[in-house]
Amino acid sequence: MSIEVKFFASLREHVGMAQCSLSSAEIKNVSDVWQAAVTDFVMPENTLVAINMEYVANTQPVEDGDEVAFFPPVTGG
Amino acid sequence: MTVEIRKTSFDAFDELRCYQQDTLKAAGKYGATSIFIGSMRDFNEGDNVQSMTLEYYPGMTEQYLEKISADAVKRWGLLDSLIIHRVGTVKPDDAIVLVAVWSAHRAAAFEASRHLMEELKSRAPFWKKETGSDGDRWIEKNSPG
Repeated sequence: MSIEVKFFASLREHVGMAQCSLSSAEIKNVSDVWQAAVTDFVMPENTLVAINMEYVANTQPVEDGDEVAFFPPVTGG
Repeated sequence: MTVEIRKTSFDAFDELRCYQQDTLKAAGKYGATSIFIGSMRDFNEGDNVQSMTLEYYPGMTEQYLEKISADAVKRWGLLDSLIIHRVGTVKPDDAIVLVAVWSAHRAAAFEASRHLMEELKSRAPFWKKETGSDGDRWIEKNSPG
């Protein structure tokens, strides 16, 4: 299982990286992706998640080759 | 239906005039144009703000704006729609967002432009970081419409 992970805005600064690549057979869902990528912080409750640029719940299963993005509440406009 | 992310400043009224002249293929068909322009204030939550940096998620942001535009065109039978949104560093009075819709009658135009702005503010992946006299801070949430 190979996953590309991205972080945006305040969450990127919080975890200290903009992106990373994961490769692990243990990763089944979004929550596993966070735990594998960010070992020293719990995912904030208000975190939004997208897989392949579509919003998903943080229980959503992931598949090989997915791009998983984590970001804080949006503030555009 | 047009969606653009802009990395440099734009004049919303120039954009509208050019779009109507060069792109909108609805002359004589529309009876209503509704526009919303969001621009930068020099204050927020009681503090002065000198500049603001807007970040986005390249690919997802455009895709999301295209989806809500297509949904609005279908739902309200719009003749066309235009969304332009700034990213990068903006100064007070700079335009941040322009939403325009064209329809046969006013109810659809009013409702669709309001709907597009609320969808954009609540779900489109953009984030603002303000710079003031005390340094930088992320805006944590948008104010209710």
